[in-house]
Amino acid sequence: MTFAIETNALRKEFGENVAVRGLSLQVKQGEVFGFLGPNGAGKTTSIKMMLGLVTPTSGSGSLLGKPLGDVAARAKIGFLPEHFRFHDWLTAREFLTLHGQLYGMKADRLRARLTELLELVGLAPFRHKQLRTFSKGMLQRVGLAQALLNEPALVFLDEPTSGLDPVGRRLVRDIIRDLKAKGTTIFLNSHLLSEIEITCDRVAFIKHGEVVRVSELKTLVNGETGVTLRAGKLTPDAIAGLAHWGRDMRVDGDHITLTVSEEAALPAITRHLVAHGAEVYALTPQRLSLEESFIQIVGTDGGL
Amino acid sequence: MTPALIIARLTFLEAVRRRIALAAFLLGVAFLVLYGIGFYFMYTESGIPAPNEPTANVLRSQIFNFLTNAGMYGVNFLAIAMGALVSADTLAGEIGSGTIQSIVTKPVRRAEVVLGKWLGFAGLLALYLLLMAGGVFVIVYAIAGYRVPNPAAGLGIIYLESLLIMSITLACSSTFSTLATGGVVFGLYGVAFIGGWVEQIGTLLRNQTAINIGILSSLLTPSEALFRRAAFEMTSPVAQSLGLSFGPSFVVSVPSPLMIVYAVGYTVAAVALALRQFSGRDL
Repeated sequence: MTFAIETNALRKEFGENVAVRGLSLQVKQGEVFGFLGPNGAGKTTSIKMMLGLVTPTSGSGSLLGKPLGDVAARAKIGFLPEHFRFHDWLTAREFLTLHGQLYGMKADRLRARLTELLELVGLAPFRHKQLRTFSKGMLQRVGLAQALLNEPALVFLDEPTSGLDPVGRRLVRDIIRDLKAKGTTIFLNSHLLSEIEITCDRVAFIKHGEVVRVSELKTLVNGETGVTLRAGKLTPDAIAGLAHWGRDMRVDGDHITLTVSEEAALPAITRHLVAHGAEVYALTPQRLSLEESFIQIVGTDGGL
Repeated sequence: MTPALIIARLTFLEAVRRRIALAAFLLGVAFLVLYGIGFYFMYTESGIPAPNEPTANVLRSQIFNFLTNAGMYGVNFLAIAMGALVSADTLAGEIGSGTIQSIVTKPVRRAEVVLGKWLGFAGLLALYLLLMAGGVFVIVYAIAGYRVPNPAAGLGIIYLESLLIMSITLACSSTFSTLATGGVVFGLYGVAFIGGWVEQIGTLLRNQTAINIGILSSLLTPSEALFRRAAFEMTSPVAQSLGLSFGPSFVVSVPSPLMIVYAVGYTVAAVALALRQFSGRDL
């Protein structure tokens, strides 16, 4: 199978400085792929190498089956840069027209996409305003529209929600979901772990410019889970029976904490307690969040 | 439309939107007004012989030639300044701010981006030069009835000169920061300016060393030499045959037409350097 993105030991040195040590990645087509790592881990340089903005010192790679730097392949690739700085003396509509033309889009298709996308990112009322009058969030929205103009097969989003308020973030999530439904591959670089947690299928953790782990998000966040439960009228039988699903149980009055091996245990625990006449007020999984995984994998030194 | 033309149009639009074109236009008009007033008073109050006096035609043509070339020297300077100013920030600035990133990740060759910008600036400079030189030609004709000889040849050379400076600036801008680019180009222009004077004075004093220094500086930056050639082209054959054409740069030594060929080659080389530097660098 051809991967949407494949890199083999991509390396970039800036003088003495090694920004990316050797990046090897495979992103499947149609996947939403998260790219995680501490500041200075080489994430942005990695993305720039994939997009041909920076020439790798060594290593190779391909996007959509074409070698890195292939000009024609870019017609099917969308990119929202991290510091979405655009020609701010253009109006939103002119800006999108320019980028559509650079994609080589035909005039009618471009016109249709413009209307559609301005509507989608909520900027239709501002289409004749110059970008210099836009807020950071609005710029990010127009940047996102720019990245989607050509209905790309592969989209790179570098920190797509950094300037957005909660409404904007939800919009980005919805857009990512719709793109995924259409089979678009998405490469998402984000500091917001909650974002990655909601949207991604797989994540790569990188540190010192190397992939330290690639993992399905499900196995990462759906593994062992601590559970806190609060219930009244707990009988000793009911408490003893809990050992069947979990371990490390601690009972403190009507509060119980234990560790279960998977989320699926939670409904069974509820049924067990109810069957033993307990009144369940709360059953809260203390999931090992992505943040904790991040710190476990990358280390508390932040990779410095 | 090809990517290069899209970028050329964008460059044009940028000059208009960021009021660069307006500023240049207003300053240009101010220059022409000043020049027109100056020319008018020099014409009416300095005892220039009437056309019917003996040998008046030669003298008149000498004086008008001097005044026209003085005006053209101003136009020439403004065109060079315009060429350097609009292009100094174009690549360096876009690389610095990051606006270039969403452009070069489109299905566009980097060379097309540079060529597009070059074309845009070349168009702007052509318009500017036509307006300014046209203004000078109209002023001298309206006031004194003087027709500038060979305006097309003269203008063509001045245009080449502005293209050369713009191309050098573009090449610097593909490698250095905006400030460094400005410094380098201003320095090169300064060398040509001083070198041009050294050569002229050397010619008057018959000092070969000074002449050689001047020629060397002309090879480094042929801008002054090109203007002297342009001024020579726009001088009437009578004045040319006297071996002296007056202008603020006192054209006593006229660069050979080879200098034009050299300047064309220099321009092409500068553009090629800009293409190569920009295509290879990390953004």
